[in-house]
Amino acid sequence: MIHSLFLINSSGDIFLEKHWKSVVSRSVCDYFFEAQERATEAENVPPVIPTPHHYLLSVYRHKIFFVAVIQTEVPPLFVIEFLHRVVDTFQDYFGVCSEPVIKDNVVVVYEVLEEMLDNGFPLATESNILKELIKPPTILRTVVNTITGSTNVGDQLPTGQLSVVPWRRTGVKYTNNEAYFDVIEEIDAIIDKSGSTITAEIQGVIDACVKLTGMPDLTLSFMNPRLLDDVSFHPCVRFKRWESERILSFIPPDGNFRLLSYHVSAQNLVAIPVYVKHNISFRDSSSLGRFEITVGPKQTMGKTIEGVTVASQMPRGVLNMSLTPSQGTHTFDPVTKMLSWDVGKINPQKLPSLKGTMSLQAGASKPDENPTINLQFKIQQLAISGLKVNRLDMYGEKYKPFKGIKYMTKAGKFQVRT
Amino acid sequence: MSSNSFAYNEQSGGGEATELGQEATSTISPSGAFGLFSSDMKKNEDLKQMLESNKDSAKLDAMKRIVGMIAKGKNASELFPAVVKNVASKNIEIKKLVYVYLVRYAEEQQDLALLSISTFQRALKDPNQLIRASALRVLSSIRVPIIVPIMMLAIKEASADLSPYVRKNAAHAIQKLYSLDPEQKEMLIEIIEKLLKDKSTLVAGSVVMAFEEVCPDRIDLIHKNYRKLCNLLVDVEEWGQVVIIHMLTRYARTQFVSPWKEGDGLEDNEKDFYDSDEEQKEKADKRKRPYTMDPDHRLLIRNTKPLLQSRNAAVVMAVAQLYWHIAPKSEAGIISKSLVRLLRSSREVQYIVLQNIATMSIQRKGMFEPYLKSFYVRSTDPTMIKILKLEILTNLANEANISTLLREFQTYVKSQDKQFAAATIQTIGRCATSITEVSDTCLNGLVCLLSNRDEIVVAESVVVIKKLLQMQPIQHGEIIKHMAKLLDSITVPVARASILWLIGENCERVPKIAPDVLRKTAKSFTSEDDLVKLQILNLGAKLYLTNSKQTKLLTQYILNLGKYDQNYDIRDRTRFIRQLIVPNEKSGALSKYAKKIFLAQKPAPLLESPFKDRDHFQLGTLSHTLNTKATGYLELSNWPEVAPDPSVRNVEVIELAKEWTPAGKAKKENPDKKFYSESEEEEDSSESSSDSESESGSETGEDEEDSSGDSGGDSSESGSESEAGKKRAAKSSKAKGKGDSKDVDKEKENSKTSESSSGESSSIEESSSDSESESESESESESRKVTKEKEKKTMQDRNALTKDVSLLDLDDFNPVSTPVALPTPALSPSLIADLEGLNLSATSSVISVSTPVFVPGKTHVLLHRMSGKGLAAHYFFPRQPCIFGDKMVSVQITLNNTTDQKIENIHVGEKKLPMGMQMHVFNPIESLEPAGSITVSMGIDFCDSTQTASFQLCTKDDCFSVNIQPPVGELLLPVAMSEKDFKKEQACLSALHLLSKPRHALWNERNFHHNYCCPAEFCFLCDPSEGSKCSQRGCSPFWTR
Repeated sequence: MIHSLFLINSSGDIFLEKHWKSVVSRSVCDYFFEAQERATEAENVPPVIPTPHHYLLSVYRHKIFFVAVIQTEVPPLFVIEFLHRVVDTFQDYFGVCSEPVIKDNVVVVYEVLEEMLDNGFPLATESNILKELIKPPTILRTVVNTITGSTNVGDQLPTGQLSVVPWRRTGVKYTNNEAYFDVIEEIDAIIDKSGSTITAEIQGVIDACVKLTGMPDLTLSFMNPRLLDDVSFHPCVRFKRWESERILSFIPPDGNFRLLSYHVSAQNLVAIPVYVKHNISFRDSSSLGRFEITVGPKQTMGKTIEGVTVASQMPRGVLNMSLTPSQGTHTFDPVTKMLSWDVGKINPQKLPSLKGTMSLQAGASKPDENPTINLQFKIQQLAISGLKVNRLDMYGEKYKPFKGIKYMTKAGKFQVRT
Repeated sequence: MSSNSFAYNEQSGGGEATELGQEATSTISPSGAFGLFSSDMKKNEDLKQMLESNKDSAKLDAMKRIVGMIAKGKNASELFPAVVKNVASKNIEIKKLVYVYLVRYAEEQQDLALLSISTFQRALKDPNQLIRASALRVLSSIRVPIIVPIMMLAIKEASADLSPYVRKNAAHAIQKLYSLDPEQKEMLIEIIEKLLKDKSTLVAGSVVMAFEEVCPDRIDLIHKNYRKLCNLLVDVEEWGQVVIIHMLTRYARTQFVSPWKEGDGLEDNEKDFYDSDEEQKEKADKRKRPYTMDPDHRLLIRNTKPLLQSRNAAVVMAVAQLYWHIAPKSEAGIISKSLVRLLRSSREVQYIVLQNIATMSIQRKGMFEPYLKSFYVRSTDPTMIKILKLEILTNLANEANISTLLREFQTYVKSQDKQFAAATIQTIGRCATSITEVSDTCLNGLVCLLSNRDEIVVAESVVVIKKLLQMQPIQHGEIIKHMAKLLDSITVPVARASILWLIGENCERVPKIAPDVLRKTAKSFTSEDDLVKLQILNLGAKLYLTNSKQTKLLTQYILNLGKYDQNYDIRDRTRFIRQLIVPNEKSGALSKYAKKIFLAQKPAPLLESPFKDRDHFQLGTLSHTLNTKATGYLELSNWPEVAPDPSVRNVEVIELAKEWTPAGKAKKENPDKKFYSESEEEEDSSESSSDSESESGSETGEDEEDSSGDSGGDSSESGSESEAGKKRAAKSSKAKGKGDSKDVDKEKENSKTSESSSGESSSIEESSSDSESESESESESESRKVTKEKEKKTMQDRNALTKDVSLLDLDDFNPVSTPVALPTPALSPSLIADLEGLNLSATSSVISVSTPVFVPGKTHVLLHRMSGKGLAAHYFFPRQPCIFGDKMVSVQITLNNTTDQKIENIHVGEKKLPMGMQMHVFNPIESLEPAGSITVSMGIDFCDSTQTASFQLCTKDDCFSVNIQPPVGELLLPVAMSEKDFKKEQACLSALHLLSKPRHALWNERNFHHNYCCPAEFCFLCDPSEGSKCSQRGCSPFWTR
């Protein structure tokens, strides 16, 4: 399936290559560079590029292109999903996935890649198993290894690989047993000029950080499970149980993992917590334009909106902007024409606003379209869909774990057209 | 996220550590210091020395550096002799790195590579499975043709290894050997055949992958393993799932007849059929061709459904394409929601998914129409995503939503991304042609765009308007005049050419303008683009034919210019036109028809989706994405006219009855023995094994000899569902053993006069089969029928029940176990009666009903305050014995008044209860104060089914229909038994034991290794891994993942 993997940085250097079958010359990447040039932006490089003898499938993350070379028919999502899994694994191992980190840990990277694929077919992709096979580098282990000469390569087959819970390693021990669940919801919305909602949907995830000894069997129930009609689960979740009782029952992997993600699309269910009042006008004759935006809360269920940032790609004709914010800081990059305003908290008594003028290119005609405003915000302790976890129970182990649940609402792809 | 940040700290700390570590090593090792100055050769000398040193640490350092070289793509092949010596190193990390090196360079240094073979051969016999597996991996990865026989032998041995992990690696090795030496195909197929029979989920994905690579045409190898693969699918790892699903899709297309109604076959040509599903159904009904789905076909469709919930986009896509290609059209709808969900993931996933949706949306609009808004474009999307979304929006456009869409398109046209704006204009053109109602609106909109400032937008509009005008022969003189004016300002060649063509076509309608345009273009002819030049020539020719008086000279001037043009196409065209239109002695008969040739009515261009022709590729494949056949693409065959023999999928029966000793005993004592049917048993067992994790040694997975032959269509489907339910039931009705519960079915068919003792089991079966049928929407109607029949039966059975308890065979019980105190009887009277009966028999009492340890406080909404005009009602199962009658389940209803007025006379109105169900209502409540709340209790006899009790909740003024549906668990009651007994029971019920094998295995491990469990509290109705708490009513019996 997957023949080779090339890692290419943003300046177009191949800084790592790995082959699972015969060696494919790195000149195959020339086709990729061609496509990259054509696409102008990294985002627009097509994920699938055919070449005379190979097909190049790539993903772009952390400013690195992960280019897989394949030779025969294979479901493209299979490869793409796998590449994403590789990136996730690196992130899990090293904390960040960046070029210098990969270069520094090239041996571990190589060992991990070797275990993840055999002859191009995925072998072990669960990070819990991988970590038993090849232990991630930590300070303690490096010290111990230099003293004792032991290695960070496991010599036993991880028991998880053979068990019915391949995602969990065995013999987990913690002195503090804790299980944290974060319910994070992102609102994707398009708001039109007049302030009415064109589309709005909620993308939610429950991320868990479970550090429990032994083989705990957890059940998580919701106050209103009916909200969740479109979900995808971590493989540990027992599907039948969910079908029949709407309870999440699972033996968790050790550490951080995404328990489930869901999608609430019914428009009337989605409350929009902020509004943006805007007045952006270009005049044909003059070289000055007016710019004024105000952000205010709407349906916030009594919570404060934090971490608000406003970003907008201004039209090419805008040369500079002179603006004064009532709070926060703003920047305008005259090269990329990107305006960003870091608002911070919204105080409902004194709404933050950003006012001023834009200087336009002299003689240029006025732009067709007003810029779209992209909004970011955070609301702590609120799941905007109203999802509530009822309780978490643990079976199978005797100790009392510390349990925690946190809710958060964020803006996803939140756009206001002006 | 406090926890996460903690984790990050730890990890980043780790990162530093490695850096430090590496720094340390590089300063220590001399090579690091010299490396900078010495030449490459020198450096490698250095490495050689390190590799030959006695210290493992030096060797390890050297190997790490060599791997670093390999990773960077530097040549390290000359170190081969030095490295290969270390293959036998004791240090596992050195060994692994040597493996990495070997795999990379063995091909280039074949002779030297042979030195390492004996090490691998030794390692293949290692007691450690990881070492065996990795030896096989490396051995098969070094592409040295001489060792093919050794590899073959190793694979053969490994394929019979006890460890599934090693067998998995053997499956991978098959592909490697095949690519190295295709001659070995026959032998390899034998091994594949053997491995296909493997029951480990670990192996399944890899062996199917090998099958796909080596012998995808040997579909006959799949037959016997088809059902097993279907049943294992959920537990196979994600990557294996994708491969298996794709393979099974191909398999299904060759083995089953089309589930699509007649007429659907024409899907490719006649898209109109898809506009309405009803229409389709009507048509199909008219043809009256009875179609019953092969149960195996159904099995596949049913077993893949849960995978739509997978976190892995590739799995979801694979299931989606399976549904698209092999499920009945009415069922394929469920995939759209999951596909739309995938649109939230990374841009690469979006790209592929959108492409597939685009293809699907052409054929079956209805599937994605509800999700129209999910395809709205955001300004931050990458252009390729925008264009795909636009494509889907166009496909989904219809009369109803076009106005919304056009408004949306207006925003897109103004986009700063001009490529996208141009694509939007194309889209508007397509909408205008496909939906005639809006074509005028669209045309007007496009004309407005002609005055846009951006040239690309204008050019694109011109091109689209040209196409639209061509399609509508109505007069559009004004628009043409407007466009003629544009010619002065516009510079984009395509647009200019389009305008010229349009004027030429309509030259008789704009008699004054056309010659003038020709005059202007004649002036600029030499500086025009080739495309425009050709159109100028065409325009000249057309005008010469219609208006030769004014344009004769102009045309000749242009023809002269064209004659000496640099481009041969233009010279060619000039020569051709001159001969055709200018009459001279040489020109033949054709010139008489010149006018007809040039001014013929031209067929309107068809504006079509670029995804139209992609449907002949299997969805989700690389070929579909590229729209060309990729190497190794396997065609999806058409449905066969007549299904090949379905019995090929049957597997030899292995006598299972032996394992069921208690069942056998029970059978003997059972007066209904004569009803016992062999085929029933087989079906039973096959069903049980099909659900089972087949890791156990028993051969239950294979015994499906007659089941599919005997049964056909949906009814058998629901039948087998209830078989499964029965299995569960059987576990609970321990005393009666297997035989009885199976008899129930037979009895029902054969006699009305049953004095069977299986009332209890059938009642449970009732509930579980019911819950099954809920989830099985496809066979709903069928199963409902079945259920009703059963229900009648159950009623009768129940009457006979209490008397019959004594018939139960209690000999199996272990008399040693301590009797548990008789608990207060809880719900579900029939069960209680039965179980009490058990306790009465003094010889043994392993099972006893216990009080609920855990009563969930969960309430269910009976009536929402919005729909109840301020009256809200919630119900809750208190799990107390019901005071109204022992057959009833008690239900507590809490009524709340959320209005600001009194609600008067709350009572239960008309009841709509399924047959046999009874209800004891609460006393009418005279009045309920504002914000007041009152709790009343009711009793409902659900007949041990999960059927809904519907009734009306009435106030003085209004009546609200409400219903209560009990979860299965609320109908069951808790029992306690000792761990020993539980195990014994479990062992007896072999089928059941298999059914939940993985969970049990887990549980056992926990029990006996971690010393966890409180044996007295297990309920054998519940999955034991739930532990004590859940062993009470409130959880459904026997779930497996």
